[in-house]
Amino acid sequence: MSGILPGRILAAPEHHLTSPPNAGRRQFLHGVAASVAVTGGVAFAAAARNAAAEDASNLPPNVPDWSKTLGAPILASPYGVPSRYVANVTRRESPGLTRTPYSSVAFTPLQNLFGIITPSGLHFERHHAGVPDIDPGLHRLMIHGLVRNPRIYTLDDLMRFPSVSRINFIECGANTGMEWGNVAVPTVQYSHGMLSCSEWTGVPLSTLLDEAGIDAKQAHYVLAEGADGAALSRTIPLAMALDDVLVCYGQNGEMLRPEQGFPIRLLVPGVQGVSSVKWLRRLEVGDQPWNTREESLHYIDMMPGGVHRQYSWIQEAKSVITSPSGGQVLLDRGYHQITGLAWSGRGKVARVDVSSDGGRNWRTARLQAPVLDKALTRFRIDWTWNGEPALLQSRVIDDTGFVQPTLAQLRHVRGTRSIYHNNAIQTWRVDATGAVSNVQVA
Amino acid sequence: MSMVFAALLASVPMSSATAAPKYGFGQPATPAQIAGWDIDVRPDGKGLPAGRGSVAAGQRIYDAKCAGCHGTFGESNSYLQIAGGVGSLASDQPVRTTGSKLNYATTLWDYINRAMPFEAPKTLTPDEVYALTAYVLNLNDILPADAVLDRDSLPRVKMPNRDGLTTAHGFMTRDGKPDTRNVACMKDCAAQIRLSSEMPDHARDQHGDANEQTRMFGAAPATAVHKSGLEAARAFACTACHGVSEGAVGPAFRDIARRYSGDGAAETVLVAKVKTGGAGNWGSVPMPAQGQLQDADVRALVQWILAGAN
Repeated sequence: MSGILPGRILAAPEHHLTSPPNAGRRQFLHGVAASVAVTGGVAFAAAARNAAAEDASNLPPNVPDWSKTLGAPILASPYGVPSRYVANVTRRESPGLTRTPYSSVAFTPLQNLFGIITPSGLHFERHHAGVPDIDPGLHRLMIHGLVRNPRIYTLDDLMRFPSVSRINFIECGANTGMEWGNVAVPTVQYSHGMLSCSEWTGVPLSTLLDEAGIDAKQAHYVLAEGADGAALSRTIPLAMALDDVLVCYGQNGEMLRPEQGFPIRLLVPGVQGVSSVKWLRRLEVGDQPWNTREESLHYIDMMPGGVHRQYSWIQEAKSVITSPSGGQVLLDRGYHQITGLAWSGRGKVARVDVSSDGGRNWRTARLQAPVLDKALTRFRIDWTWNGEPALLQSRVIDDTGFVQPTLAQLRHVRGTRSIYHNNAIQTWRVDATGAVSNVQVA
Repeated sequence: MSMVFAALLASVPMSSATAAPKYGFGQPATPAQIAGWDIDVRPDGKGLPAGRGSVAAGQRIYDAKCAGCHGTFGESNSYLQIAGGVGSLASDQPVRTTGSKLNYATTLWDYINRAMPFEAPKTLTPDEVYALTAYVLNLNDILPADAVLDRDSLPRVKMPNRDGLTTAHGFMTRDGKPDTRNVACMKDCAAQIRLSSEMPDHARDQHGDANEQTRMFGAAPATAVHKSGLEAARAFACTACHGVSEGAVGPAFRDIARRYSGDGAAETVLVAKVKTGGAGNWGSVPMPAQGQLQDADVRALVQWILAGAN
């Protein structure tokens, strides 16, 4: 049909449209199509958002402009940044969630990411007193308390120790916390985006504790404290500290980003993110937990009846479909790949099942290797959308045999007033127009 | 040579043979260095420094340095509300405040000392921190107006929620017991599935336009690029009765275009006819109502037909 431009680039399915639902949002073709009068008829093609993409002079059989000229020289961008065509893929804050940008959250755009590694610049942010600008030459890590050799280390010192690299996720304990009572946010960026996964490099904390010579009879806990204005502090159980906790300086092959704790941070795999203390300045070995503000006023789980669970460190198994997900639009029936992320703070992902009918029937998804301990795991499954409304869910089973709970099961035990540790099965509704939205099922 | 050796020996910390550091990097942390940084205070009072402060002194500091964010009476919920709500946690409307949630007053001292005032942390003297702690506790009716706190009295303050926190759960260790037990049923699992919540209209646009927040291209729906009017007519099952150029049960699209050619009202008439159905114009078989279609879709379809169904 005339007016339909072949090879047009379409807006991705990750759409959320600003106009009210069912009020002109949906043009002909499931969401983004805008009918455009052209010579000889009406175009039903989805409207490309990029004007350049409508310029057929760059399309076969014509030779595109960029093939007939020089490109940018090397070092036009010495560090390197993403293409300007994806410059809008960024961390974002949830409006109204916090009162100050100095103690706030920026969410990772999970809907736009591939694989399991979060680009360092898109790793979610959570600070309690802003991002300090630390001179690495003047930063010190002190280890003291129930140790025979209290030590103080420079960054140079720490980087001399034998190092290890490991891929682990970090998930804020409050991830999906806005959804305990009802649907509150439109996209997976806001519902699950306090989640990221990096390759971390550093010194095993056990090495440093061995060096310090802990008093094995009395020592049971380690206090980790940051050098930021909040001097954020958290109690780490010694068993974990001696297991797989790292004092990190590397993230995805480079030094930590300032937002991630430059020059050093703790990494406590599988535990809520606040324990992976950034800008780490002090580790104190002790015989009791410290009951710090971030473990007595915050990061405690309100249960029915008003009692709070304290020191609820572990992030249990959880999964979410990242595409199709809330705000996206399926532009056509037929084949779609469903893909998402699964993880467990208790071990490895063993299996992920996917349902397209709200949890009545399930199929087992493919897991992308590598499947690593306390790391994000990418899953995928083929799906043919027949144009009817669908309810998409994913359900992870970890290698302890634990099955991700339904929201109803979680609420049955913990009520609806908690903020933390919501690892319920997420539901995305695909309506008959192909629009995908965040819903909850009972 | 011997001097180098001596220097190496001297760098090894003095300790028993079994406690000797394997690498020996870094320096011993001196008592003075530790004293400067070791600021934590535990519930048993360990870590509290000398000093004292009264409720009255605390009020003066609070009004100058704290009330701007926390409110004159600690009532502001812009940040964490610090006063009020005591006894409300078990109710249907729990009011979560420092006074209602905190289990130990020592933690209040620790936090003010390390992190407050927000834009100038670690600038208060121990006396000021004792005074502010006393005043905040007084705002919560936990301490009387004439109270004075020091390292001995502070740990003895009993917070209303002292026993409101529990460690009786499976989330402290990696092999702890989960509190939910879902079963990985695969077929005919849930008897009834009901939507219990969806985005409220008022919140839909709170996070802005997701179109602006994502890649402009990619993934699955690329297969739908070239949808034509005919494909749409097929998708809506119009072609079960209508052909493009050949009539079937109903008239051909191009016959419709010819009949209404030049008729300015045709679009409105036909849109209504598609939505509500009709009979008698093209024969005896009625056109069933297509009320399930979106107005915008019907209008675009009619425009395509009237333009010649090409």
